Amino acid sequence: MAIQVIEGYREVAPAKRAEGEAVVFDANGVYYRQLNDAIRDAVASGVRHVIVENANGQRYIGAGLRVPDLRIEVRGTAGNDLAAFMDGPAVEVFGNAQDGVGNTMASGKVVVHGDAGDVLGYGMRGGRVFVRGDVGYRVGIHMKAYENLVPIVVCGGKARDFFGEYMAGGMLVLLGMNTQFPNDPVAGSFLGTGMHGGVIYVRGEVEPWQCGKEVGIAPADDEDYKALRPVLEDYCGSLGVDLDEVLAVPFTRIAPMSHRPYGKMYAYL
Amino acid sequence: MSATRPRYAEEAPFKIHGGCGLAGICDESGKVMSGEQIILAMAVQRDRGNGLGGGFAGYGIYPEFPDHFAFHLMYHDEHAREQTEALLAEHCVVDLAEPMPTRPVKGVCDAPLLWRYFLKPLPGEIERLELSEEDMVVRLVMTINATVDGAFVASSGKNMGVFKGVGFPEEIGHFYRLEEYEGHTWTGHNRFPTNTPGWWGGAHPFALLDWTIVHNGEISAYGINSRYLEQFGYKCTLGTDTEVAAYLFDLMLRRHGLPLELACTALAAPLWSDIDRMPPEKRELMRSLRAVYGPAMLNGPFAIILGFNGGMVALNDRIKLRPLVAARAGSIVIVASEEAAIRAVAPNPDAVWMPKAGEPTVARVQGMPWPIHGDLHLTPQQVSCAVLGTEDVCDEAVEVTA
Amino acid sequence: MPATFIQPEFRVKIDYDRCHKCGRCVQQCGWGVYDFNERPIPHDEKCRACHRCVTFCPARCITIERNPLAYRDNDNWTAGLRKAVWKQAETGGVLLTSMGNPQPYPRIFDHLLLDACQVTNPSIDPLREPMELRTYLGRKPDAVKVEPDGAGGFKLAEDGGMSRNIELATPIIFSPMSYGSVSLNVHKSLAMAAERCGILMNTGEGGLHEDLYPYQDHVIVQVASGRFGVGPEYLQRGAAIEIKIGQGAKPGIGGHLPGEKINKEVSSTRMIPQGTDAISPAPHHDIYSIEDLRQLIYALKEASGYKPVGVKIAAVHNVGAIASGIVRAGADYVYLDGFRGGTGAAPAVIRDHVGIPVEIAIAVVDQRLRDEGIRNQASIVAAGSIRSSADVAKAIALGADVVAIGTAALVALGCHVCQSCHTGSCSWGITTQKPELTRRIDPEWGAERVTNLIHAWSHELQEILGALGVNAIESLRGSRERLRSIGLDEQTCRILGVKPAGM
Repeated sequence: MAIQVIEGYREVAPAKRAEGEAVVFDANGVYYRQLNDAIRDAVASGVRHVIVENANGQRYIGAGLRVPDLRIEVRGTAGNDLAAFMDGPAVEVFGNAQDGVGNTMASGKVVVHGDAGDVLGYGMRGGRVFVRGDVGYRVGIHMKAYENLVPIVVCGGKARDFFGEYMAGGMLVLLGMNTQFPNDPVAGSFLGTGMHGGVIYVRGEVEPWQCGKEVGIAPADDEDYKALRPVLEDYCGSLGVDLDEVLAVPFTRIAPMSHRPYGKMYAYL
Repeated sequence: MSATRPRYAEEAPFKIHGGCGLAGICDESGKVMSGEQIILAMAVQRDRGNGLGGGFAGYGIYPEFPDHFAFHLMYHDEHAREQTEALLAEHCVVDLAEPMPTRPVKGVCDAPLLWRYFLKPLPGEIERLELSEEDMVVRLVMTINATVDGAFVASSGKNMGVFKGVGFPEEIGHFYRLEEYEGHTWTGHNRFPTNTPGWWGGAHPFALLDWTIVHNGEISAYGINSRYLEQFGYKCTLGTDTEVAAYLFDLMLRRHGLPLELACTALAAPLWSDIDRMPPEKRELMRSLRAVYGPAMLNGPFAIILGFNGGMVALNDRIKLRPLVAARAGSIVIVASEEAAIRAVAPNPDAVWMPKAGEPTVARVQGMPWPIHGDLHLTPQQVSCAVLGTEDVCDEAVEVTA
Repeated sequence: MPATFIQPEFRVKIDYDRCHKCGRCVQQCGWGVYDFNERPIPHDEKCRACHRCVTFCPARCITIERNPLAYRDNDNWTAGLRKAVWKQAETGGVLLTSMGNPQPYPRIFDHLLLDACQVTNPSIDPLREPMELRTYLGRKPDAVKVEPDGAGGFKLAEDGGMSRNIELATPIIFSPMSYGSVSLNVHKSLAMAAERCGILMNTGEGGLHEDLYPYQDHVIVQVASGRFGVGPEYLQRGAAIEIKIGQGAKPGIGGHLPGEKINKEVSSTRMIPQGTDAISPAPHHDIYSIEDLRQLIYALKEASGYKPVGVKIAAVHNVGAIASGIVRAGADYVYLDGFRGGTGAAPAVIRDHVGIPVEIAIAVVDQRLRDEGIRNQASIVAAGSIRSSADVAKAIALGADVVAIGTAALVALGCHVCQSCHTGSCSWGITTQKPELTRRIDPEWGAERVTNLIHAWSHELQEILGALGVNAIESLRGSRERLRSIGLDEQTCRILGVKPAGM
């Protein structure tokens, strides 16, 4: 038999089977278009629990879905833009997630049991993203809150530079616990740079040089813990993390000193 | 230079823009693997390209010619081949010249004439020009690329080769029959050029000697990088930012004798605010590196993989604007734009992590020389003269030094 | 016969209905435009349109108008040329003027446009992300040499790194303006601003007043042909030393600070008697050739403990070769002053007709040094009408390491570019030694204004870099690929190394 071109993904519908109430799709070697079409068809036919197994890099899982009681389980590595523009569903990844998780997400919940990549939660305006392990660069960049929409991201490991960059609202929490980088600081440089809304909580301490010049750093007080505790309870419940251990180390609050950090920068002609 | 030169340099007047995907696999034990692995890693990243460029570099693939420079040539026509072969014959002993083995693949068309040569520079020429064997080869490559209309050297190192063209990487790999090669280190690239029709020579990797570069992103400092390199005799004829990365590594590692990690540091330099916080000795080193190699800094978003006979190095820009993931599975190190590419090759690696901005991820093949070849005894203008034969320019330089 | 044929250039109009008759205009004008007789009476012929009176008039009742007097149209025999002939017929004198060349030669900066990123490479947000302007002024080795540090890493080998360089927080310094040509308060303002901005001011050729000693780490001390104020202490105090060969406003000619400006303080700073003319010869009489320059450079290095030594030249026709010689003579930087550069006094014929634009000079010198493989050996400082941060960015993209600003800094202090510095009666208190005028500049106020200007331009440079998708100034330096020309001829584009827009 002649040797064929090696394919990364095939443009075929995923194999499908039932597992109790849930519909299981085998994503092994399936192109994202066919996989996501299959998920949307299943949801349209009334399915509310979808399992994607053997995922490896398929993009846009859960993207744009607006069904609040839908639950998607991903087994494997979720591809870029997981849950982008998602409004309502719950997505749980048993594995790692690549870049762009929760891009401009409106509501719903994403739980990642492994690590996640760069630019997680960019422009996120609502819902929750919980990551058990490390996250990359520019996590929570330009998250924003509006009326009762308040996005929340909790990362269990460590984060790289630009965590909470331009943050305009919502809550970013960084625990520094489940990490591959025990010797690194909990967050990289430019933490909260350009931040002008919302709040970042870091378990442990951060150095002023790590932070953007627009933020103030203070130990979390009772008010902070009042806001933080229910979020951490949800996080720990979602990921099986010990709440007492999380709370055993005091948190630091990083918040903007002004809502208009650049008001003085310009001179009007 | 021929007036019709633009045939093969149609992209040269412009900088080529492009998004891309990349991957690299290196077995540090030196055990070889077939080219299928790297094709697989690239195939799952298909969406990162647009079918206008794919390519691979393999190391350790020509064990029958370990001491010959393997030249992979692309020709527009037979005339270009004749001219190039005349140049090669003038400066080298060519021990084998043959067409590249390929097979027809749907979707891969308009291939140039593809030839490979296993050659050694003539000892007499080396002596006459007072050059090292490597400088001689660099000079030859620059001469062919800059002066032979319709000829392009795709690679020129020992025991390695570059296989690239217009098409998706899995198609290009199939076209070049990569499953028939075995190497300890492979890199691959998927191109998404945005402003030019695809050109076979414009695909990645870019190579000089055994250095190859695959690159995702855009080097916004291309203008000064290329002018900096011109001082040292490199001619950036292709107008691509990736080309400058290959030459910069050649300059810093081979000519300036910088250790690999410091060369990477110079190319993706730490921020001044970080340098200022370093202990004094390191601070002085970094300050000098950054000030001296400022024109070499690869500014702008990039992830690159440098391949060479001793292994590979993956590097991100200093604020990590392009993706890069790394993994280890036993003695194998894999880097890629997406984790999926890693898991396509090694479904359950021992560790998967995201390298830090500006910090090289290194895979080093046991028993292979690490690339600290040279030290700089020549001044840049001597090197410049030596490489391009621009002695007359240098003479002119002294006119006001009465 | 009338005393002069020359009619006033301006008309001073006072709206007497609004005038408070307070006499502030009389007091403010340095040129004696006003008499006061129950109300201010202007003498139009003395007005230089410096707007000092206008600015300080509490009633805002003064306007300055161009004299509408018509001259018979003649594009060849302009009114200016006719007036020049009358003036010389009356006096027999060399026409003296000041500031930079105002003639309508093409301004190349205004024909260059910068690039920006869209999609294929991202622009970078300069407010939130690092955007580095730090620049090192001075000689750099071709390669860094390292050796193992014994702990698995590397350290600099002996003499393997950068030699003595000056760290600048932003690639803008102040150009040389001597104490004598400007007031001590101006010098203080610039020195304080240089310290606050992490940059350098330059003494010019008039010595270093002891009030500036606290800022000496931010001062370039200049050595010119007159050697005013030059001694070992002077050389040892400066952060760097600059040999002034020439000046863009008056290439190839010397200078002359009239004795009436040599008051006690100027006298002690220049180390010459009070009231004596301070004459700077056209050449240095110890430099008649390039090897003599080398001798002086190394003499200054020896005397100063090997401080960086730069050489300032006017941009002239053969500037590439000259700059190459200067670098090979051992200079740590070459300062190129274009033909629009300012001056405290210069013959109009020289100012308006000698030299070449700094844009061309930068391009030629940068390329020449690269062609010769000696670009690393010296920094290029460019000056001669850098008017905005856009000019700074364009100069750097053409190949300059650093720009120097003189006029722009003075404008920040109140200068209205009335081109009358040579009169010594600057109403704004800048180019004068008259105590009643110099006190108009409070150094603290001046330092704040100039600091604001440098900070504002630096922010704008960061915005430009961000749009270009790079986050360090060295990635713009010499990157002519990021410039395009509009309305320049092909030959000029080739010399500039810049493609026309659309290519």
